[in-house]
Amino acid sequence: MPTETPAPPRLEIKGIRKVYPSVIANDGIDLTVMPGEIHAVLGENGAGKSTLMKVIYGVIRPDEGELRWEGQPVTIPSPGQARDLGIGMVFQHFSLFETLSVVQNVALAIPGEFDLPALSKRIEEVSTRYGLPVDPRRLVHALSVGERQRVEIIRCLLQNPRLLILDEPTSVLTPQAVRKLFETLRQLASEGVSILYISHKLDEIQELCHKATVLRNGKVTGTCTPSQETPKTMARMMIGEDLPVCHHGEPGDGGEVRLRIERLSQPTEDPFGTHLHGINLEVRAGEIVGIAGVSGNGQQELLRAISGEEPLADHQAVQMCGVPVGHFTPTRRRALGMCFVPEERLGRGAVPRLTLTENILLTAYRKGMLFSGLIKWGVAKKFAEDCIARFDVKCGGANSEAKSLSGGNLQKFIVGREIMQEPRLLVLAQPTWGVDVGASSFIRRTLLDLRNSGTAILVISEELEELFEICDRIVVIAKGTLSPSKVTSETGVEEIGIWMSGMWPDAEKPGDAPHVA
Amino acid sequence: MWLKFEQRPEPSKTMSYLSPLLAVALMFLSGLILFLVLGKSPVEGFKVFFLNPIKDSYGIAELFLKATPLMLCAVGLSVGFKANVWNIGAEGQLLIGALVGGGLALHFEGSTSPFLLPGMIVAGALGGMAWAAIPAFLRTRFNANEILTSLMLVYIAELVVSWLVHGPWKDPDGFNFPQTKLLSATATLPILLAGTRVNAALLLGIGALLVGWIFMNKSFLGYQMKVAGQAEHAGRYAGFSAKRSVWIGMLAGGAMAGIAGISEVSGPIGQITEHISPGYGFAAMIVAFVGRLTPIGIFFSSLLMALLYMGGEQAQQYLNLPSSISKVFQGMLLFFLLGSDVFINFRLRLVRRRK
Repeated sequence: MPTETPAPPRLEIKGIRKVYPSVIANDGIDLTVMPGEIHAVLGENGAGKSTLMKVIYGVIRPDEGELRWEGQPVTIPSPGQARDLGIGMVFQHFSLFETLSVVQNVALAIPGEFDLPALSKRIEEVSTRYGLPVDPRRLVHALSVGERQRVEIIRCLLQNPRLLILDEPTSVLTPQAVRKLFETLRQLASEGVSILYISHKLDEIQELCHKATVLRNGKVTGTCTPSQETPKTMARMMIGEDLPVCHHGEPGDGGEVRLRIERLSQPTEDPFGTHLHGINLEVRAGEIVGIAGVSGNGQQELLRAISGEEPLADHQAVQMCGVPVGHFTPTRRRALGMCFVPEERLGRGAVPRLTLTENILLTAYRKGMLFSGLIKWGVAKKFAEDCIARFDVKCGGANSEAKSLSGGNLQKFIVGREIMQEPRLLVLAQPTWGVDVGASSFIRRTLLDLRNSGTAILVISEELEELFEICDRIVVIAKGTLSPSKVTSETGVEEIGIWMSGMWPDAEKPGDAPHVA
Repeated sequence: MWLKFEQRPEPSKTMSYLSPLLAVALMFLSGLILFLVLGKSPVEGFKVFFLNPIKDSYGIAELFLKATPLMLCAVGLSVGFKANVWNIGAEGQLLIGALVGGGLALHFEGSTSPFLLPGMIVAGALGGMAWAAIPAFLRTRFNANEILTSLMLVYIAELVVSWLVHGPWKDPDGFNFPQTKLLSATATLPILLAGTRVNAALLLGIGALLVGWIFMNKSFLGYQMKVAGQAEHAGRYAGFSAKRSVWIGMLAGGAMAGIAGISEVSGPIGQITEHISPGYGFAAMIVAFVGRLTPIGIFFSSLLMALLYMGGEQAQQYLNLPSSISKVFQGMLLFFLLGSDVFINFRLRLVRRRK
């Protein structure tokens, strides 16, 4: 960026420090954003990015430090005042009221008259203009993760912000939609809007951002111009060391079928859910199959049918290791060798207020931890300690509560717990969503090792880049139906991206368009 | 300078044990103020209420006698409470347990079989479970809120007792008092300590605490219920049945309340009357929470609650206070406990006011 701009920086912060009872989240952070600049804030989970953004958006007050808005010193005591200044923010963890509709949620953030029909119209305008389709009348609790994010983005854009903060915005978008979003962001920047773009995706930052500030452990470890860096040099700034490389290796040929889904059709009772229709899928021993798709296209419903949380009337529709299990409970499916890593870690994959040892029991109790109905705590503790050591879980020990772990470490723990049960079939949903780069790459390598030892693995993910890295075959889910499978090396992001809109060859003409981002 | 509630990074273990003690202290303090306001000497009031009842060994035996139904009910309820199953109808389950167990004794009047007494206890437990099964069924089948249904069933149980002792089960030689015949010696719980009223039910109570401790801390079923109570989705993910949690939670409460009921009838009361329980089933909820839903805690809190009952009786006799004084103390105890529990997750901090 030019240094002799007559205009003062849009935002300048100096020496921001925020201390929490257990951690120093921000330790003397400086950052300058010029008008029309797309500025990346890069860092692993827990580096202090989110805290810094919340300081700028007035959600939390810094203990020390100074903020200048267009040259003027300001304090931002509340998000309302941040919005008055012209700051908009799209949170990573969505800040929407689940019991209200989309338009009601937007109305709460927009000053002025409370005119829902008019606002609905504006939402529809913005959503078509930026390719973020969402029905303003739907209730937020029925929306998928991806759809909720769209609501957040639209809500910000409606306020014509002069500084837009986006926290990991692309993780739930198709590649085409990411490109579209980038076009939008570039257009906004050319109109003079400054953008703070928080991400750990180095290629995106290189493509989009003019400048980058790298954080590690609450401190700035460097600023750079992404176009002059390589992903490798930026990764080193971010994690302090080189990223380990994933070796994919050759897929094993045709092991036995561990998971077979045959003509699975399942209507949902949820008025905003997705009906599953005629789904066929096979996962063999020694291969990783990925299911790509934009969220809200039936992934949750399909996962419930596989995990057994929603038993099916048709016993044959799901078969595990040759056994029809449609009507089986999760417990009986686990007994056949299925393990499952769910999307939500806290509250589903782990109980927040229980210790890691207690959380081991959640699914691994079959590994010799019970004796006539009583728990052998010693065995469970040993298992937890092994899991912590083997999967490099950073925590205070087996007696730490699950909720005291960072997202990435908890995910490593959950993945470890499931893998250590030596599954014959492992199903994972969003295995690295919101997990930092180091932990993600560790989890992916572990999955490849597991595949090589003969486990059948099914990964449902919205991150295409991840699927291309680890999968042997990829299928796409759109509007509750499944595409044919493609060998990963014979397809590309472009083709899968198009399929994610439901347009694969021989696709049944769907009655209405799928949820395309 | 002002005070600010600040969330703790982690809930404080220390405070979760300190909070009941703080609540008891605050209850004592407010009790003294209450005596003062009522024109009684606080020192005298304190003595009559809290010291007189346990000044001799007979008093201490009475304390254990009254604590027994409380600890039975509380340990049963806490199995459910830990799994977010809110059975607040232990009072009704206690009454039905007393009726079924007592009914058995009346049916086999004159029997000297050694199986009669154990049979009555089993019948009491089954009666309580049957009454608790109604809200459990309504919850698992129709998703009806068990708080409402179990509470309403208390009033039905009270009316059933009332109808029986005024009608079909009334003692024909009882001068028209609404009560049944006295139970025979065979149908009465043996006294543990000669010269007192403390009976074998205390052993049942302590046994229930032990079994409860094993169930909650060592059994996989207890673990599953804890998971279902704390994180419903995690329970579903792991394949633990939520319905089973409701059933076990309700039936454990019902069984223990039923045993409490029959042990009152075949113990200190000796017959079925309209006044089997002075609200033990309700007070047991306070006992369970003051005891932190742990059997060891419940042992001590049931003794405290028994003391409040006895203190209330003494206050009536010697201080001319209404009998509801013990309810006032129970209420204060719960009130202060809920208040003190805030400090488990929050702490007070002095902050300088910003300009």
